[in-house]
Amino acid sequence: MATQQSRSAARLMMAPAVILLLGWMLVPLTMTLWFSFRKYLPLRGGDLGWAGFDNYTRFIGSSSFWPSVQATLVIVGGVLIITVVLGIILALLLDQPMWGQGIVRILVIAPFFVMPTVSALVWKNMFMDPVNGLFAYVWKFFGAAPVEWLSQASMQSIIMIVSWQWLPFATLILLTAVQSLDSEQLEAAEMDGASFLSRFWYLILPHLARAITIVVLIQTIFLLSIFAEIFVTTGGAFGTKTLSYLIFQRVLESQNVGLGSAGGVYAIILANIVAIFLMRIVGKNLDA
Amino acid sequence: MARAVTNNRKALNTAIAWSIGLLIFFPILWTILTSFKTEAQAISNPPVFLFFDWTLENYAVVQERSNYMRFLWNSVFIAGGSTVLGLIIAVPAAWSMAFVPSKRTKDILLWMLSTKMLPAVGVLYPIYLLFIKLGLLDTRIGLTIVLMLINLPIIVWMLYTYFKEIPGEILEAARMDGASLSKEIIYVLTPMAIPGIASTLLLNFILAWNEAFWTLNLTAAKAAPLTAFIASYSSPEGLFYAKLSAASTMAIAPILIMGWFSQKQLVRGLTFGAVK
Amino acid sequence: MIYTVSRLMGACAVAALSTAAAAETLTIATVNNGDMIRMQGYTDDFTEKTGHTVEWVTLEENVLRQRVTTDISTKGGAFDIMTIGMYETPIWGANGWLVPLDGLSAEYNVDDILPAMRGGLSHDGTLYAAPFYGESSMVMYRTDLMEAAGMEMPKAPTWDFIREAAAAMTDRDNEINGICLRGKAGWGEGGAFITVTANSFGARWFDEDWNAQFDQPEWANALKFFVGMMEESGPPGYATNGFNENLSLFQQGKCGMWIDATVAASFVTNPDDSTVADKVGFALAPDTGLGKRSNWLWAWALAIPAGTQKADAAKEFIEWATSTGYIELVAANEGWANVPPGARQSLYDNPEYQKVPFAQMTLDSINAANPNEPTVKPVPYVGVQFVAIPEFAGIATEVSQEFSAVYAGQQSVEEALEKAQALTNDAMEAAGYR
Repeated sequence: MATQQSRSAARLMMAPAVILLLGWMLVPLTMTLWFSFRKYLPLRGGDLGWAGFDNYTRFIGSSSFWPSVQATLVIVGGVLIITVVLGIILALLLDQPMWGQGIVRILVIAPFFVMPTVSALVWKNMFMDPVNGLFAYVWKFFGAAPVEWLSQASMQSIIMIVSWQWLPFATLILLTAVQSLDSEQLEAAEMDGASFLSRFWYLILPHLARAITIVVLIQTIFLLSIFAEIFVTTGGAFGTKTLSYLIFQRVLESQNVGLGSAGGVYAIILANIVAIFLMRIVGKNLDA
Repeated sequence: MARAVTNNRKALNTAIAWSIGLLIFFPILWTILTSFKTEAQAISNPPVFLFFDWTLENYAVVQERSNYMRFLWNSVFIAGGSTVLGLIIAVPAAWSMAFVPSKRTKDILLWMLSTKMLPAVGVLYPIYLLFIKLGLLDTRIGLTIVLMLINLPIIVWMLYTYFKEIPGEILEAARMDGASLSKEIIYVLTPMAIPGIASTLLLNFILAWNEAFWTLNLTAAKAAPLTAFIASYSSPEGLFYAKLSAASTMAIAPILIMGWFSQKQLVRGLTFGAVK
Repeated sequence: MIYTVSRLMGACAVAALSTAAAAETLTIATVNNGDMIRMQGYTDDFTEKTGHTVEWVTLEENVLRQRVTTDISTKGGAFDIMTIGMYETPIWGANGWLVPLDGLSAEYNVDDILPAMRGGLSHDGTLYAAPFYGESSMVMYRTDLMEAAGMEMPKAPTWDFIREAAAAMTDRDNEINGICLRGKAGWGEGGAFITVTANSFGARWFDEDWNAQFDQPEWANALKFFVGMMEESGPPGYATNGFNENLSLFQQGKCGMWIDATVAASFVTNPDDSTVADKVGFALAPDTGLGKRSNWLWAWALAIPAGTQKADAAKEFIEWATSTGYIELVAANEGWANVPPGARQSLYDNPEYQKVPFAQMTLDSINAANPNEPTVKPVPYVGVQFVAIPEFAGIATEVSQEFSAVYAGQQSVEEALEKAQALTNDAMEAAGYR
């Protein structure tokens, strides 16, 4: 359909975006790869020469490595499950007729506007603090011992904070999908006596498949690199050290840029494994 | 025919939805309320909800300590600039992907998204060294460019999905009439794409506003946005819940207000091609 | 616009003061502690005197460290003055990253700076950072609760006494915890506290050949004692409590005792913030009779990164901020209890300051710490609550995370020590010490 001329015009129009992103990818990537083979210790005078694969073996040989991969996957998985499930419920609910729909929608999407540092600080201090936090008051009010959230339920706490931030995003995308549902078809099914569960399973869920795919894809990209929430709340203690937090520790706390860079390469590999895995499931849904 | 809904059912929906909405909003509400308390009231047992002596003292303290307007202006500049710059670069790219697709279009899109997977902490040193070389450290321009690059994949992808929904025949017709490429974009495409562009703009403004790693690590005094403003209140000595709440409220209020005014646009537009 | 205005103001000041060189705008990175925030309020006094203006970058401690370390190791030049501590100063000084603070004016009287502070902020006898305030750690306790418990705090208590007193003061029903101590992960938080505690139990980080010592019984004793005491008498969730959390608890009257930085004394005795201001007593940090007390030595100090174009103006600022003149300025406006402590001998010789209840105990605590001989057994390193080598911050943060997991009941003391031993030796091997 497209002529040769429009093809080359198209290429020209794509060029700035592609070249910029290529640069943004290649320059840091090349530098990271270079550093990962160097003994680069800023506090001991900088680049101290060739290190071979030392950094790679040391990073993966550390007792923190596999737990950090696991922590990353648990957080990403946990947040995805919570936001998608609650997102669907909220989207279906918000689609129902009610009074003050606009205001409710605003209330629900508000957390998306809160910067991660602020939300982590607010949750940590004003809600999860075991002495002065609001949760502690509630627990005490009901005669229970306050939960020490960030130490005893550290993973759950972080998943909860991050889910709170991302639930609006999931809800918004799923809501637009719910709104495009064919209501006549649904009514017909209701008339035929199909229960809500079967209507949900056979009509609504398949319709939402594409929206769910997109929520999962985009959130995964953002969640793989969450940092501020962990930095502010636990500082990587109590089993919440994700891969990107481990890299932070190696680069900034231990001041070993070579080792951290090797970690960066592992993180890219992990991200790509997750991406390929996602594409397998998602790819079918994504074809427009 | 529209579904006939009894008032009972509607009332039930309303009750449930409002409870959930308020529950989700509560942390923000609590922060705003706390910002008007004294430090002692902020931790009082039992907690006070509305009946306390409202005070603006915390805002006065925060304002006295830091130049809020400068942080705010930096945030607006960086978030706005990176979004506009991103759109200028992304619109042509998304247009050509949507209307002149090739075998590789989907691969290019996914590759673009994959550039977002490089963990920021891992490349802090390379980027920092690069910024020193280019003289971009602690400049608004430098941050604008970085945030634009970070969000570019999302912008391209969002726009691509909107453009794909514009029927190709309209463009064909315009082309038959002899419209040039630039005219095609200005007169035909743009009006149809405005809603999509608007919600792309909104989403990216929010993402750029909330970005907290690069904005903190590549700035000092001159270009520091609100994320750096918050870092000076996060855990000072002594009681700080009320002052932290005031600073937090000041950091999120502008974007929250903008979001509320544009929520219709955001609700309608945030599809990422999820709806066919 | 703000920039232009400040430039103009600077220009006027220069015209007025013929002695001042060209007016500069200094960018200063600092930590958001009370004394530094107070200093920002007096910036105008500096501008009036010298014509230079100041841009403050105030950050929370962890963010500040991350920010200034990145900048100095890449020679970024984003700051003209950095606020750093006793850990960073000798390391950075040795690397040639800091401007030596020599040639300070006679009026500044550098010899007045406490020897412990000067020693800790120097490398090879050259001063690289000037202390804004200095601290050790000591026991702060509630005199009323101590009396109610029928006990009396000695001037130099032992750990056994502290544990016994803590148990006696604890009243869980009224939310009074006998003792509040740091358990938060991080080398400068719980890591620092457990290190000085271990010092007093005879433990050390490394032997003379840089072998980690976590497999030695002293560490197990110290850690078990600490955990046992905190379980009996500590607040809930102490595994996430740092300086700031404990300060809040103490000010709210929820702690019987608190062993922490000497600078906290002015916060807990300040009636504006503290509900227990008139019921606080002080004592030296405890020991176990082995010859080392569990108190540390620290200073927040101002340093000039090498390579700044504004070194002269920066020196002027440092002379202003760490001078006796600044101390008098604060004393005149906010009282002697609020001046930055622990930096100068003349402050402790001042009869006005001697009336402050915690003055003498602060000085005694500072003098009781010896960074060159921090432990009972000999060690190859300098530093009381830290080891002044570049690798320490990273190692100690990970070690303290293992310990915090013990405090939260997630692993045993033995497990934590085993992991600490392995990861420390690992990192030391990587750095080429072993």
